[in-house]
Amino acid sequence: MLDFLKTLVASFQDFLFLAGRSFLNLVRRPHYYDDVSLQMDIIGVGSLPIVALTGGFSGMIIALQMARALNTYGASSQVGAIVTLTLVRELGPVLTALLVAGRNASGIASELGSMKVTEQIDAMRALGTDPVQKLVTPRLTATALMLPCLTVVADVIGMIGAYLIAVPLLHIIDSGGYWATSWRALVMNDLAQGLIKPFIFGMIIALVGCYYGLRTTGGTQGVGHSTTQAVVSASIWIFFVALLMDKIFVGL
Amino acid sequence: MPNDPASGPMLEFDKVSLRYGDSWALRDISLTLNPGETRIIFGAAGSGKTTLLKAVIGLVEVDEGRIRLFGQEVTSLRESQLFGLRSSAGVLFQEGGLFDSLSVGENVQYPLLNRQRGDTEVSPEEAEKRVREALRFVELEQTFDKFPAEISGGMRRRVGIARAIVTEPPLVLYDSPTAGLDPITANLIMALVAKERDVRNSASLIVTHRYQDGEIMSDFRYDPEQEELLRVEGAAHSRKRDRTKFIVMKEGQIVFFGTRQDLEKSTDEYVKRFVRHEENHAQ
Repeated sequence: MLDFLKTLVASFQDFLFLAGRSFLNLVRRPHYYDDVSLQMDIIGVGSLPIVALTGGFSGMIIALQMARALNTYGASSQVGAIVTLTLVRELGPVLTALLVAGRNASGIASELGSMKVTEQIDAMRALGTDPVQKLVTPRLTATALMLPCLTVVADVIGMIGAYLIAVPLLHIIDSGGYWATSWRALVMNDLAQGLIKPFIFGMIIALVGCYYGLRTTGGTQGVGHSTTQAVVSASIWIFFVALLMDKIFVGL
Repeated sequence: MPNDPASGPMLEFDKVSLRYGDSWALRDISLTLNPGETRIIFGAAGSGKTTLLKAVIGLVEVDEGRIRLFGQEVTSLRESQLFGLRSSAGVLFQEGGLFDSLSVGENVQYPLLNRQRGDTEVSPEEAEKRVREALRFVELEQTFDKFPAEISGGMRRRVGIARAIVTEPPLVLYDSPTAGLDPITANLIMALVAKERDVRNSASLIVTHRYQDGEIMSDFRYDPEQEELLRVEGAAHSRKRDRTKFIVMKEGQIVFFGTRQDLEKSTDEYVKRFVRHEENHAQ
């Protein structure tokens, strides 16, 4: 038990050390801007279809469920407000982060893990390049910048999905009423947490993916193991940090 | 940065030890390497050969002892301070260590571009010229635009050699350059290693399982006129043999150090395992 705890603490310490070096590299030369834009394309543009689809379906499902529940209290006209608040505050950031974790934390872990087991990381170090600077910092920057953008897309498409259910399908509210209640429901605090959360989640996804990728051992089997661990850990961290941030924002 | 060859050994290990858990990866290792010299390192799997090679450029951190490379103490430098020193030595990794996402030309160009960020300016034209020269050296200029996945294992190893020597380093480290290759390709790779040593007079540290690899380095020289390896004889032979020493490692320790003749005469059962009989020698 003690050994297990020691390993856990040592792993967390290594993770913090990697995170510290990655953040420090943001202000150190050389900067690999090409790698940042390539990763932004892979993570941001590459994840756009799946994030848009999930956002749209989530909005439709929430609208269907809420329309029925709100009807019981004669408040079905508030469906737009409920969907908007749910998406912007919580579901948009968390669902988008989970999707990107599944798609990119695994991708990052497997790519860096493969590089580790084929000695490409050692080759990079031997050729005088810092792998953290070249591989981790660009992924950290790209994911932290792209995840808020993807979340905004998921939120907007989710609201459009909910609109399609509430207005043309169920006829529980008119078009102008839907958008007016949705807009009025939002306050600055909602927008702030809707953007700060994915920014933090983006850092977690990139760092967890890189951490497990860079500590891969044991050939191709090890790569598979790292990939699974990266997705599981990133998902748990997303929920844990979401809970902490809710506590902070709800308290404001 | 490389030191003045006259000022002392290019590489020096002084009582270096490293433990992984309960086992020794390196145990009380002391050795020196002067400019133009070659060391062939034999040993069973897990005997610490690759760890020793990686320790030279600080890719693994040792527990005890000192390592000096080009006059700088590797063991006292931080990771960020080691990058410049590392790029002064060429390294060939076991599987080539080529970057999958870069073409062959870009892989070979990588050390030059990396230097560009430091104090050595290399123009893109000059970089391409040197990359093509390095690829011509390993007879693979035609693979310039191909990706590592599109070429064979032996070719990847040769591109790895081109990348290791493109900056013309005074020291080249080879980690099992012939492992897993057929005898013809393996001999071709070793011919390139010997050619690099003789054309540029570079020092080499070679980890290998094949006795023939050591024999090629010890008994053959590259003749630039005939463009082939020739067996050295007479006074040149004894000079070549003196500059090529063999090391045998066992459980992290050096259990043998000497010339090829000393190795062949050894009566130690472990050391004898790495010596092939005359009929099996490379042609």
